[in-house]
Amino acid sequence: MTSELIINAFLVTLMMGIAISLLKTRTVIFTVILTSAYSLVAALMFISLDAVDVAFTEASVGAGISTILFLAAMSYLPKEEEKNVTNNILPALSCIILGSLLIWCSYDLPEIGIVSAPIHQHLVSDYLAGSQNDIGIPNVVTSILASYRGYDTFGETVVIFTAGIAVLVLLQNNKKSKKSNNKSKKKIGKNV
Amino acid sequence: MYNNPILRICTKVLFAPIILFGLYVQFHGDYGPGGGFQAGVIIASAFILHSLVFGLEESKKLFPPKLNLFLLALGAIIYGGVGVASMILGEPFLSYNVLGSDSKSGQHIGILLVEFGVGLTVCNVMISLFNSFAGYNPDKES
Repeated sequence: MTSELIINAFLVTLMMGIAISLLKTRTVIFTVILTSAYSLVAALMFISLDAVDVAFTEASVGAGISTILFLAAMSYLPKEEEKNVTNNILPALSCIILGSLLIWCSYDLPEIGIVSAPIHQHLVSDYLAGSQNDIGIPNVVTSILASYRGYDTFGETVVIFTAGIAVLVLLQNNKKSKKSNNKSKKKIGKNV
Repeated sequence: MYNNPILRICTKVLFAPIILFGLYVQFHGDYGPGGGFQAGVIIASAFILHSLVFGLEESKKLFPPKLNLFLLALGAIIYGGVGVASMILGEPFLSYNVLGSDSKSGQHIGILLVEFGVGLTVCNVMISLFNSFAGYNPDKES
């Protein structure tokens, strides 16, 4: 119990440190790398919550591939972020109010891992038993993802497919019609 | 960067094991953590590593963009096709029980195929996203 507390406190401190340095930095490449580090710590957090599949996804997608995609997309961006925040008080106030509301609400949440929590009462027992008896797969996450919630995963796959196609269409149109909208091109190219 | 021998040799050594690990995650997802999403990303990262070190043109020779687009669509089609196949066999969309000789083997086959479709789509979307972002060169175009 105490060791878990120490690990969680360490991870939360690390995450807060990364978040504060994310606020401070104005260079795009540092922002991308710090976001990747934040994802990696979040993956460790998920491991300490025993959600290994989510941690795996967070480490590979959040810390790995999205960092590379951000870095690749950086060629479209200016290197320095613009300083356009003029009024700091109103955003800070709304953040503090929202944050304290969320912390206040979190006192009503059931304790982590407790069996009598509503989420463990409704369908989970059916899934846990059914995954072994009906489907015969030891990893319950896979059986829920691919079989019980097959429609949702199909939707996710189609969303990824559509997003990929949309980006391809946008970028390829960009290349073909470069002569027609040369002016807007130059505006982007000037900053790089 | 293209002429750095350490990077080139490390990439050559690592390329196959990364793909092997991706395939392990893909097909071992029933028994341990993992599945199509993670496996697709891991396999894509091997190809992205190759194009980072050897250049975009070399990796386009290794993995042609046309094949990339074809496999991108094929993954989603495999997923949908499993659903349609179960409909043809007289069950609702995406109920895998009828695909095998009994319900358990049917579920196994269905989940394996569906995860394979997910992995294929995710892997190819990531590779094509990286290629289209990295292929952008403002100096050449303007």
